[in-house]
Amino acid sequence: MIYFFQQALNAAQLGSVYALIALGYTMVYGVLSMINFAHGDLFMVGAFLCFVGVVVLNLSFIPVLLMAMAGVTMLGVATERVAYRPLRNAPKASAIITSLGVGIFLEHFTLGLSPYPKYIPPLLPSFSFNAWGVSVSTFQLATISISFILMLALYLVVNKTRVGLAMRAISADRGIVPLMGVPVDRIIALTFALGSGLGGAAGVMYAMAYPVIDPYIGIIIGWKAFISAVIGGIGNIRGAVLGAYILGTVEIMTAAFLPSTYRDLVAFSLLLILLIFRPHGLLGRVESQKV
Amino acid sequence: MKIKNIPIALMIFFVLAGCGKFKNDTVRIGVIAEITGAIPAVGASCKNGAQMAAKEINDAGGIMVDGVIKKIELFIEDSASKPEQAATVTQKLITYSKVIAIVGPNSSSNALPAAEIAEKAGMVLMTPWSTDPKTTIDAKSGQPKKFVFRACFTDTFEGKVLGGFARKELKANKVAILYDVASDVLKIQAEIFRKSFEENGGTIVAFETYTKGDKDFSAQFTKIKSAKPDLIFLPSYYTDVPLQVQQARRLGIKVPFLGSDAWSSEDLVRMCGSDCEGSYLLNHYSPGTTNPVTQKFIAQYRAQFGGATPDDVAALAYDALGVLAKAIALAGKLDRSAVRDALSQVPSYPGVTGVIKYSAGSGDPVKGAVILRIKNGGFAWFADAQP
Repeated sequence: MIYFFQQALNAAQLGSVYALIALGYTMVYGVLSMINFAHGDLFMVGAFLCFVGVVVLNLSFIPVLLMAMAGVTMLGVATERVAYRPLRNAPKASAIITSLGVGIFLEHFTLGLSPYPKYIPPLLPSFSFNAWGVSVSTFQLATISISFILMLALYLVVNKTRVGLAMRAISADRGIVPLMGVPVDRIIALTFALGSGLGGAAGVMYAMAYPVIDPYIGIIIGWKAFISAVIGGIGNIRGAVLGAYILGTVEIMTAAFLPSTYRDLVAFSLLLILLIFRPHGLLGRVESQKV
Repeated sequence: MKIKNIPIALMIFFVLAGCGKFKNDTVRIGVIAEITGAIPAVGASCKNGAQMAAKEINDAGGIMVDGVIKKIELFIEDSASKPEQAATVTQKLITYSKVIAIVGPNSSSNALPAAEIAEKAGMVLMTPWSTDPKTTIDAKSGQPKKFVFRACFTDTFEGKVLGGFARKELKANKVAILYDVASDVLKIQAEIFRKSFEENGGTIVAFETYTKGDKDFSAQFTKIKSAKPDLIFLPSYYTDVPLQVQQARRLGIKVPFLGSDAWSSEDLVRMCGSDCEGSYLLNHYSPGTTNPVTQKFIAQYRAQFGGATPDDVAALAYDALGVLAKAIALAGKLDRSAVRDALSQVPSYPGVTGVIKYSAGSGDPVKGAVILRIKNGGFAWFADAQP
């Protein structure tokens, strides 16, 4: 039983990191109907900004977190302005391919600045304590609680503010919203800002928990977060969070109870089956094509 | 000028420019190192070791070839620790740079494709650090390759030494193993260790895997923890070990770790901190050795590279270039087959990592290993393991 709880804690931590990134994917899809494949690489930039903050600038945890979030936010808004806005009315495929290009650019630009994997010394005091037989580390607690706070903040922004209302309106029907006097470009930029900010925070959490970073960490995590968003229903914020925790749990539990070599195989097969039977994801709406 | 003529003129220009490159007044040796990518310390060491050896030989005059003394010219290429890039740069060194021999790549996942290409092209390739037995064996015929050599021992020897050491010296009864299922060489190390440890009477209580790029090992270590091992065998590259050991410690695992030569770089200790203190690893040489040849090498390396202690990759690359230079001098001409034959004829070469001697038909030297222990933030000699 203790073993199960230990693994459940591991799953919660992994799921939290995926959730922060999955939210970025889902929000951008919601307002723009496009998958921003560069989002995983924005997360990677967040981790590198964390490195700069800790090793070069010697800041403590909160300033580093804020700096990384601010930096990635600005980068996200910049990529939207430069790479995606000109393609707003182009075929969807163009925007998606462009996002792949932006991602590759970010990876190699960072590689050029930092060819070697970087090590980040611990930001928070690192110790584990024993809770009824389960080993709990400060990192796990920090990741889970900070993610939770950020997700709660996002929920409040999206559901309780006018700006959030505008975002949801654009998600529902992009064509008619400008007629209502909503500055669509600004709201879209804000959506990118929020999504990227969360991605930056995820980068810092990740760097704390897995302190050796290189320019390619965004690829795998990005894909897994994207899959989480799809499982939960792409475009749906609650779905992204749900999907992320489901993926984290399936990955950890598969490794926990089956030979760990089968982890990715089983995890993704289950997801494949889920998508066959429910292609719009768990919380996604079935969208009918209007002719 | 007509538009058609310009591209043709350019083509002729480039072809002629390419021809001009193949001047015969230096001994051209290629070096493939993992300079960027996942294991840059390995690449940097290889580059440094090879450069130091080349400079030493050139300062002493050079190599006598075709009756003329020629200096060594190194062509250093980056494989970025990616097998496809290793293959590409091997091709480049063979067809474009037209080198006489290649030193490198180091990591077996890069060395394997490079070795295949070199063998087919009849290019002498000496890998300093690749321990995968398959590197020098032809995949189709099962016979040793003719043009591929290595400067180090193989995993067959390494796994046996580690299995015996864990059982007899560390007196472990139950060992858990975590290895990279996507890496051929690390998988082989895990399997040979398991066989050797079980033959010595021990039990393997967990045989868990991860894959390249994984950063979260909490599930695997939680499983390992519940199997209650006395020791954990962890053949991982030096950039993965800190994450793995730290995560294990955070989960409450207190037993020591045993690593393979993949742990090689002291950067590992810097990144891992106190969590790795007391763990053991196998290595190709010990910086604390009393061997005068090795001491001289270490002092020279420190002087040339800002006080850094050379790791095993640097020492092996230095030896690799040294042995090649000896073979080229023995062959007396810049012919790849002649150099290949000469390598088997070099009498025992006193390398800084031990004596290197190739018997006819084999690219694997018979060499010994050392077991090191991580103490006070560095590697300290613990035991010797002779074949």
